[in-house]
Amino acid sequence: MAATLIDKIWDSHVVGRRPDGRDLVYIDRHVLHELHAPHAFSKLAKAGRAVRRPDLTFSAVDHTPRSTPGRTDRNAKGEVIELLAAMREGSKRNGIRVFDLADAEHGISHVVAPEIGMVLPGSTHAVPDSHACTVGGLGALAFGCGTTELEHILATQCIAMEKPKRMRVRLEGKLGPWAAAKDIALKIISEIGVAGGRGHFIEFAGGAVRALPIEGRLTLCNLAIEMGSRTGLIAPDDATFQWIAGRPWAPQGAMWDRALATWRALSSDSDASFDRDIVIDCESLEPQITWGTDPGQAFGISGRAPDPASAPAERRAALERALDYMGIAPGEAIEGLAVHRVFIGSCTNARLPDLEIAADIARGRKVAEGVNALVVPGSAKVKRDAEAKGLDRVFRDAGFIWGEAACSMCAGANGDHGERGERILSTTNRNFENRQGPGARTHLVGPALAAAAAVTGKITDVRKLMGGAA
Amino acid sequence: MLAFTHLRGVAVPLIEDDVNTDQIAPVGLGPRLNQDYAELLFKRRRVKLDGSPDPGFVLNKPQFARPAILVSGRNFGCGSSRESAVWALVAVGIRCVVARVFADIYRENCLQNGVLPVCLAEADADRFDALVVADDGAGEFSVDLAAQTITGPGGERFVFEIPPMDKQRLLRGLDDIGMTLDQANEIAAYEARVAALAPWQQRADIAKL
Ligand code: SF4
Repeated sequence: MAATLIDKIWDSHVVGRRPDGRDLVYIDRHVLHELHAPHAFSKLAKAGRAVRRPDLTFSAVDHTPRSTPGRTDRNAKGEVIELLAAMREGSKRNGIRVFDLADAEHGISHVVAPEIGMVLPGSTHAVPDSHACTVGGLGALAFGCGTTELEHILATQCIAMEKPKRMRVRLEGKLGPWAAAKDIALKIISEIGVAGGRGHFIEFAGGAVRALPIEGRLTLCNLAIEMGSRTGLIAPDDATFQWIAGRPWAPQGAMWDRALATWRALSSDSDASFDRDIVIDCESLEPQITWGTDPGQAFGISGRAPDPASAPAERRAALERALDYMGIAPGEAIEGLAVHRVFIGSCTNARLPDLEIAADIARGRKVAEGVNALVVPGSAKVKRDAEAKGLDRVFRDAGFIWGEAACSMCAGANGDHGERGERILSTTNRNFENRQGPGARTHLVGPALAAAAAVTGKITDVRKLMGGAA
Repeated sequence: MLAFTHLRGVAVPLIEDDVNTDQIAPVGLGPRLNQDYAELLFKRRRVKLDGSPDPGFVLNKPQFARPAILVSGRNFGCGSSRESAVWALVAVGIRCVVARVFADIYRENCLQNGVLPVCLAEADADRFDALVVADDGAGEFSVDLAAQTITGPGGERFVFEIPPMDKQRLLRGLDDIGMTLDQANEIAAYEARVAALAPWQQRADIAKL
């Protein structure tokens, strides 16, 4: 029978059916982080349960450490960050390897897992973090989960779940200059809404997806959760296989050939049917930016804020609140608004190509007076690679701060945050009220618009700054 | 897991769409191991944009000091997977959320913690929301999961649908992990099968094979 890629991976990972009717789906790789691991470890210990597969489980240190140059594992008071200490202790007790601050594999878990070859096409992956879906860019089925589900996976290496519906989002057309994966994602969310994919897993397909570099596919899948979908993925192709080949944990030699033969079957059958199938035209797509307080409140850089007065009555209050929070007048052009902070980082947009785009714009320019601009690589490897290419110099010469890999200002859990009323251009994934600090105003953008704002001090159409061609 | 059978108490109207986990329980600028989850609940919504307390925010009103049911709009709980956004509800006594639609991960986190997620039929939902707003914390609502009903202070009854699987999980407060561990043989058999068929899935350090 014709099957979608989602069905193929799901079905091949079903261990059995629970008495309550849910499937038990096997998890191939499980990565923890310090915000949730400590609670799960202590609940597990209390119940006297062991970790079933410590060899398939890893602990990442990403949410809490400072990203300032020369940082340690201490907080501002000089104490070891308590969540970090608790995760280290629990990991040690359970025989789980920690990718700690000084390790070559350190970084944001969603950046590290693909780059070391931990996540492979056709595999399942779980992280107690909603952006686990990032690694869907390699053709893996990834689940963000809560703390109790995390504990369940630790004890059983399975997740209990009912198979969701399948949705396909086909993206066609050639993007306009300076538009990339982030812009496609924001475009999708603005069309289908932040709950548009709820109850579904999404497969991204179409010419515009095929044309994306692997890092861009990771960016696109990263934002599946902002579409309301628990996960998103892209069928792997030769570009994927090439990208994975030779990574430290990837199969090699005869094992690689064997794996590759099975990976080649990882696509939706041409006659497979989806519960929902939509097409979005990305022809000449311009760089996108959010104007409001959810990722769906986005439009092209040439856009103007909506006018609540002309919106349907039931939407009016929400629009007014969003504009008020963001300090934007109804109908106001987004271009030209003064910017106080720029953050280039996070599991969305802090891989090497993201930093290269930003560096192209920063090169030979200066961060505008009064702008605080921070670049935080997504992993220690991205940082090493960027430094080998001299990107750190480009950024530092321009007046950016060049940080140490971590989530940093994405959620502010490490203490990096914006101030009340500050306008921030951020390459992250959530522009919710207060996300980047109480009262801070976040606009989500790709690295190009972020860098352009940093060097001009205002929201700027990068195409005008750099000329039309990317 | 906490079982859910009946609940009686005040229903809090927060009738907005897309109430996200950053609102429900912000991560904070320095998350701690032992949080006061009650204090975390809607922490930043409780203050105005200038940081001063907002007496207009519904959970700051005295009649909602001991809430039992939270009533919201579409896509409740979108955002992060962090379970503290459910623990914060439980910490103040909220064991039932009525919303038009729930975000997927959040809904699962509710079930894991004995919090009943209720979606009413669209027409009932409008009437129910209006009732909760008009009641303004004056009366008690009661929820009966076995009967799948919510009853308003004046006896108005609303019937809701819930998948039988979820209903059973809540009613019996089953230990999910214990249940899965009963199937350990199946898990072991799966592992053995895959180790032979696709060894790269069963070994993280496959490059060394
Ligand atoms: S970078 Fe942001 S979204 Fe990504 S894992 Fe870290 S906090 Fe979550």
